[in-house]
Amino acid sequence: MTENKGRVVSINGNLVSVRFEGNVSMNEICYVHVDGTKLKSEVIRIRGDIAQIQVYEMTIGIKCGDEVEFTGEMLSAQLGPGLLGQIYDGLQNPLPVLAEQAGWFLERGNYADGLHAEKKWEFTPTAKVGATLRAGEHFGTVPEGPFTHKIFVPFHLLGTYTLKSIAEKGEYTINETVAVLCDERGREIPVSMSFRWPVKRAVKCYAERLAPTETMETKVRLIDSFFPVAKGGTYCTPGPFGAGKTVLQHTTSKYADVDIVIIAAVGERAGEVVETLTEFPELIDPRTGRSLMERTIIICNTSSMPVASREASVYTAVTMAEYYRQMGLHVLLLADSTSRWAQAMREMSGRLEEIPGEEAFPAYLESYIAAFYERAGCVLLPDGNKGSVTIGGTVSPAGGNFEEPVTQATLKVVGAFHGLSRERSDARKYPAIDPLISWSKYKTVTEPVKCAFCRNILLHGDEIGSMMKVVGEEGTSLEDYIVYLKAEMLDAVYLQQNSFDLIDADTSKERQRYVTDKLIVVLGSEYALADKDSARSFFNRLRQKFIDWNYTAFKSEAFAKAENEIEMLYADGDGKLGNKAERLLKGGV
Amino acid sequence: MSKVYNKIESVTGNVITVRADGVRYQELAQITTRFGKSLAQVNKIDGNLVSLQVFAGGQGVSTGDEVRFLGHEMRVSFSEDLLGRIFDGSGEPRDKGPALTDNMKSIGGPSVNPTKRILANRMMRTNIPMIDMFNTLVVSQKLPIFSISGEPYNQLLARIALQADADVIVLGGMGLKYDDFLYFKEELSNGGALSKTVMFIHTASDPTVECMMIPDMALAVAEQFALQDKDVLVLLTDMTNFADSMKEIAITQEQVPSNRGYPGDLYSQLASRYEKAVDFANSGSVTVLAVTTMPGDDVTHPVPDNTGYITEGQYYLKGGRIEPFGSLSRLKQNVNGKTRKDHRALMDAMIRLYSSYKETLEKKNMGFAMSRWDEKLLKYGLLFENRLMDLSVNMPLEESLDTGWKILAECFEKDETGIKSDLTEAFWPVN
Repeated sequence: MTENKGRVVSINGNLVSVRFEGNVSMNEICYVHVDGTKLKSEVIRIRGDIAQIQVYEMTIGIKCGDEVEFTGEMLSAQLGPGLLGQIYDGLQNPLPVLAEQAGWFLERGNYADGLHAEKKWEFTPTAKVGATLRAGEHFGTVPEGPFTHKIFVPFHLLGTYTLKSIAEKGEYTINETVAVLCDERGREIPVSMSFRWPVKRAVKCYAERLAPTETMETKVRLIDSFFPVAKGGTYCTPGPFGAGKTVLQHTTSKYADVDIVIIAAVGERAGEVVETLTEFPELIDPRTGRSLMERTIIICNTSSMPVASREASVYTAVTMAEYYRQMGLHVLLLADSTSRWAQAMREMSGRLEEIPGEEAFPAYLESYIAAFYERAGCVLLPDGNKGSVTIGGTVSPAGGNFEEPVTQATLKVVGAFHGLSRERSDARKYPAIDPLISWSKYKTVTEPVKCAFCRNILLHGDEIGSMMKVVGEEGTSLEDYIVYLKAEMLDAVYLQQNSFDLIDADTSKERQRYVTDKLIVVLGSEYALADKDSARSFFNRLRQKFIDWNYTAFKSEAFAKAENEIEMLYADGDGKLGNKAERLLKGGV
Repeated sequence: MSKVYNKIESVTGNVITVRADGVRYQELAQITTRFGKSLAQVNKIDGNLVSLQVFAGGQGVSTGDEVRFLGHEMRVSFSEDLLGRIFDGSGEPRDKGPALTDNMKSIGGPSVNPTKRILANRMMRTNIPMIDMFNTLVVSQKLPIFSISGEPYNQLLARIALQADADVIVLGGMGLKYDDFLYFKEELSNGGALSKTVMFIHTASDPTVECMMIPDMALAVAEQFALQDKDVLVLLTDMTNFADSMKEIAITQEQVPSNRGYPGDLYSQLASRYEKAVDFANSGSVTVLAVTTMPGDDVTHPVPDNTGYITEGQYYLKGGRIEPFGSLSRLKQNVNGKTRKDHRALMDAMIRLYSSYKETLEKKNMGFAMSRWDEKLLKYGLLFENRLMDLSVNMPLEESLDTGWKILAECFEKDETGIKSDLTEAFWPVN
């Protein structure tokens, strides 16, 4: 099978054309031999006896006539125990291993196995000999960090199999045979604890795909209350540079209530990956009490690494997410930034001399983006458990303008949109998600009517604010001015959140509900305020009290004390609860 | 044995094609024209038809000119002898010194393994208050200086070159005006920094292709010094010219343009240069400061826009000053917590007050009445601009902080500054 060879006939950037004999398939992996090293590449177009391949490495030094070896396999990820805590490049080479092999630099043609071949895992069989199994059903488990890692019938095996033999409980490496399956024709298939899966194909070994209904808490108030994300849902975060996309994702990766987080750094700064690498092993995951790194996988293809493997990296990441979902776990995939992935497609498309679409992006941009986000989802597994993959992607629109193709194509397929704005980040209002343009189709952790009530104040306040820019404070009525102050206060105490403060950054849904109710009281009340100055000073004091409250631990003594101070101030301002707010708090509409 | 060809098939702009066998991608060739010899680099191979970009340009190239392939890619000599020297975009000496051919290193090498980097956490002092105090430069940071043409960005670079506490300075000039080149040379030699500087200079009148080589050569040299435990500061001016050269070549070769004529890989091309900034674990570092002129002061222009997504902040040069608002050093919080305990609080308070000053100024210009508070702010803004923002101000960080306190004390009462009282108690100047 692997005898298939070809010869280089042309080179243009990282696109190389190869004349081949025999058969090659689309997306097949091949290696270009140059100066004793082999450069991994992928077939991306076939015309007659010429295959065009994208080389995942720098192509310097390749010449016509160089040998190319086809493998017959598609780009695939190695799946099995030992993925958690790893740092991979876009092709699943563990970066620390590459560093041991090659030192400072990522030398080309240097590859390593994704999983440790020697390490022994404690295998426990869970299926009996004679059991009938299908792809994606498990027959054993090993402990991996805080999780029970299930060992599956490889996803690529079609049809049903009978378990002919299974290993005893004991320690095995990932390549040792732990079970023998027998197919319908009686052929025996030995299986180990790991297998490969082509990354560009979605894993579909589930019983049923479910609607994403359960909200994934991110502990960011603005997201959970106003623009929530569901487990198994998708969301995107577009924003200009410097608006805090990466910090927001960083926070999410720490606090989101999921089992596993996969961070795909796609064409971004190496420095940010270093930050995660330095910080995560030190942080404790409150859910498991263990290092945060044990539930994290980092796929890192920074901007200076070859562009073709940047394109592959998002697929490698989502494949691992699907693999852990199959174990009944909730997985969050954070891709930063999908624009760099789209640009990688654009670069290759340009080299292939395809007819360009908008802004020279390829015409298939939208369908590729849609197909990627569609790999998220909440599923019912063969064993009756539920698992989910949630995908959150940042988008880096050129010039911060959301009208560009990648943002628009993404907005069509995601379930929530967190648009970051330059104005908010310039004003140091973090997270800089613009509440006036963002939206979500998922369920809030509070109640929709209460959210609508708060949003209404924000909208109204914003209108008055822009009017005030024209007519000045003098030209605004006291009533309107108070609405404006209320909107400002809501923004300052609820929408804005300090992601560097351990308590404020970690606002649970119970707390969000509690604080929302308190805010509805304060915002839905009329006050006896004589003039604008006293109104401003009253709301300033109130704001300060709320912010102090945010920094106290939920239900602690300090919490009760701060709450009490708010109530005293409220009484001081002679607050009268309005009808609408009263009905809301009683559970009516 | 190098191969010689003398049948050039086509000449388009700066790109020529020849039929040749066994040529490697990105290999160098030497072409001999009526004007002398020039280097050329293979940038496309299609069967035996090889395209080369000619460093000296396509002008005067005859179809019968001789092309000799050299069998290696673009390289640069590396040794201590580089210090104090000036080279052009082909790596030839621009000064009167000898050509260097020892220890040749490839340029544009592979990127650093992210697991071999360490978190940037050392301050690089420049003695410019707007940098040291408000947007601290950090060792291994990559920062552009966004500027409109006409701003004194080269003067700023020269000052940073003279004052920054780096072991080695590498200056890469792209499309530099000849006067500016002379200015740099003179400033650095007067300041006594020439002996720790290497310059790669492409002037506006030099061929376009050479312009594209400058960043790679400068950064390759910097990387080598860094691996010898040196802290290297790379100054590049101007990256917009670099991007424009890429655009020129791409269009000549009929590549599909993406945005305003720039090639689709602009982001990757810029990133692969900027990402050379690094702090090696247990070794030296490379810090990159690069001028990016913004055509028409438009930050959404593809070059500054892509740059902004790559770099760790930016200095925004406007009206002869580093603007406190547009400027940002993303890494400053890694270092400004351990300089002096009043650093962060004072920085925040002064910026906040300056922003109030700007609002007041706007109100004043619209003819609104000025309150007592407004008057205070107006005084403060003026003092701030003169004593700290002015580019000619030159003092170490500690003195800048003291100056900051003095300005506050001249304009405000303690509790008007919004700084925590234990800090005002400790640092408020007594007079």
